[in-house]
Amino acid sequence: MSTTNPQSDAPTDATGRPVDRARVRRRSKQRRRIANVAGLMASLVLTGSLYSVLAPAQAADDTTSESAAEAAGRELYERSCITCHGENLEGEVNRGPSLIGVGEASVYFQVHTGRMPLVRQEAQAPDKPTIFSDEEIDQLMAYVQANGGGPTLPSGNLRDGDLAEGGELFRLNCASCHNFVGEGGALSSGKLAPSLKDTTDLELYTAMLTGPENMPVFGDNQLTPEEKRSVINYIQTVKFQADPGGAGIGRIGPVAEGLVIWVVGIGALMFGIFWMGSKA
Amino acid sequence: MAATATAPGAPTSRLGKAATEFDDRLIVAGPVRRTLNKVFPDHWSFLLGEIALYAFIIALLSGTYLTFFFDASMTEVPYEGEYDPLRGTEMSAAYASALDLSFDVRGGLFMRQMHHWAALLFVAAIVVHLLRIFFTGAFRRPRESNWLIGVVMLVLSLLMGVTGYTLPDDLLSGTGLRIISAILLSIPVIGTWAHFAIFNGDFVGTEIIGRFYIAHVLIFPAILLGLIAVHLLILVKQKHTQFPGPGRTEHNVVGNRLFPTFAGKATGLLLVCFGVVSALAGLVQINPIWLWGPYNPAQVSAASQPDWYIGFLDGSTRIFPAWDINLPGDYTIPALFWPTVVVAGAMFTVLALYPMIERKVTGDTASHHLLQRPRDVPVRTSLGVMALTFYFWLMLAGGNDVIADKFDISLNAMTWIGRIGVIVLPPIAYTLTYRICLGLQQHDREVLEHGIETGVIRRLPHGEFIEVHQPLGPVDEHGHGQLAYGGAPVPKRMNHVGGARRAIRGFFTPIESPAAVELEQQRDGRELAAGETTRELTGSGRPSDGGRPSDGGRPQDARD
Repeated sequence: MSTTNPQSDAPTDATGRPVDRARVRRRSKQRRRIANVAGLMASLVLTGSLYSVLAPAQAADDTTSESAAEAAGRELYERSCITCHGENLEGEVNRGPSLIGVGEASVYFQVHTGRMPLVRQEAQAPDKPTIFSDEEIDQLMAYVQANGGGPTLPSGNLRDGDLAEGGELFRLNCASCHNFVGEGGALSSGKLAPSLKDTTDLELYTAMLTGPENMPVFGDNQLTPEEKRSVINYIQTVKFQADPGGAGIGRIGPVAEGLVIWVVGIGALMFGIFWMGSKA
Repeated sequence: MAATATAPGAPTSRLGKAATEFDDRLIVAGPVRRTLNKVFPDHWSFLLGEIALYAFIIALLSGTYLTFFFDASMTEVPYEGEYDPLRGTEMSAAYASALDLSFDVRGGLFMRQMHHWAALLFVAAIVVHLLRIFFTGAFRRPRESNWLIGVVMLVLSLLMGVTGYTLPDDLLSGTGLRIISAILLSIPVIGTWAHFAIFNGDFVGTEIIGRFYIAHVLIFPAILLGLIAVHLLILVKQKHTQFPGPGRTEHNVVGNRLFPTFAGKATGLLLVCFGVVSALAGLVQINPIWLWGPYNPAQVSAASQPDWYIGFLDGSTRIFPAWDINLPGDYTIPALFWPTVVVAGAMFTVLALYPMIERKVTGDTASHHLLQRPRDVPVRTSLGVMALTFYFWLMLAGGNDVIADKFDISLNAMTWIGRIGVIVLPPIAYTLTYRICLGLQQHDREVLEHGIETGVIRRLPHGEFIEVHQPLGPVDEHGHGQLAYGGAPVPKRMNHVGGARRAIRGFFTPIESPAAVELEQQRDGRELAAGETTRELTGSGRPSDGGRPSDGGRPQDARD
């Protein structure tokens, strides 16, 4: 055992020329000590000078530009979001994505639809009643926007677009997940494209702009702001349009229709022929 | 003229005289009399096929109205009609005319919805009718040919549905057409040729709507009408089957004459069908094509489903694994081939050949005019329920994304539910049905042997409690009934054999006074309560000791 141990090999070698070895060792140790001290001094000086150049400027920015809204937003963030999105909005592995650059549009959509804060990690954040007040949402938006920037909320009339063009764009870009008229649909592994029944114009716009959950981002190069307004116009117009043919039965087509013909149609006729049978 | 003597029995009314003149020339009195006197069994389940017939008539009439306005052309036109969200959009003339039909033609939307609901009802009624024929063994010799014709009509009705679904050329029907095209292409060797023959080239071409239109409004309906005529003529020639029961044999038909009773019923049912379809058409929106948008091969919507009767094919496709077979030399048999062409082909082949298969397996080649109750043929009944379970599970899988969405279930889980269920559930259904059939038979036999449970509990002198049973007929020295098991319904409750007041007549509201019924029954001496009060308690309640609950409860013929 001892012959194969490298640590036990050293003393047997040293017994050959002990004086030479000791001298060399002492000299190199001295040199190393001097080099260490010099290096430490140099790095301290460098750090100090860098700090004196950079730090005061940043400190000055923090104190002057963080508005009351951003400060309040930071407080909300540190209470409700920090666990998954990290201390500096950098995100946490396996918990939440980085929020640097997502912009206030994303914060608006996620928080206003109640998707954030998240209840638990699952396939997709479901929408639920909003937890924060409008004022608190504004504060969170201000905080996230101030720390990384990103897409901002649109202004003006969000339905200011061509109806027919909006329909064409909707069928091309949205219907494959959200169904012909925004009834929603299932995606793989428990993910889903939600129904657009209860969404507001601003939620639709910010969703297109930021691509929440499994939705792709429709940036202003994919769908121009005018096209987004057309799509919103189509969704909202069709949503509130009456069903000229009678009860809409979910507007999902054949599945509901099949259910109706079997339950109502065949059901009523069975009743009819039982009645006739009883008259025999 | 007025002085001409009239022969004895000659008609004196103006109508009668006109009829005589008519008959002198055409000699139809004999056949018409025979036809009007033809007897139809009056069981309610014999009306199921009629629902299909009436649904077809409604579809035919409403469809004719639609042809006045529909333009089966694939020429691209900009839409200029009433519906705002599509105005200015480029679309085929077929879709534009379907929109005009819905919004600009008076009554057009109602007629379109009526046509579509009638079509759904048509296939549904065919299926229910087919189940009645299957489970009662009405397809047995000599009626195998009519069964075959029925299966052909079912397939034709599916083709009618598929072509009709395609005609409006909206995004939903275009998606369906793309799948039809893919199914055609998946057939080995002939697929590409068949596709080019039908579409006149690659998908989508400029011909297909026009071709489907002619198939839908002329070819398929003409064949269907011919087959319906043959179906009914064979029925008349072979006469109806009937359920076994008192007075019913293999050589007679018990029921009502065509005129007036059956004709009245049939007319009534026609009007009820019309009413139900009209109510649906007026109250429930079906296939809102304006919401779907014009067909564009680049677009597709979530939850694009076929009408319910093709749902089983969609389902089999959704749950079938992606097993493409790649052969050397760039030949591929796509996975789509198995769940659509092979599964559907196998299902309809087995369905069509079932009478022959059963005849072969059971060796029963005799002619049958009396039906069987499902419980008396447990193997067939269980096979039928097994097949139904298979079919139903495929149909459910066809809507699995809608179910996943509406009930918040993972779509992947739904796919696996479909895959496992379609293999595991049919055998379970077979076993359960088999046990239920045997159980029902067992109960019939028990009632025949021991009588009906009266609910009257007697305590015997030595302390034993027994329930008094009402034998259905003469009993032997052990008190056991001597009636043989005949495959006919057995009365199971005392009021089935007149042991209680009969039900007051009237379906919705009583049409007779309960007091009058009581008086009438007392007069007839079959009222239970009256008998009970005067009857002496016997020492033993056993039937063999004469312990019958009521002498007034005369057994009566069972009604079905």
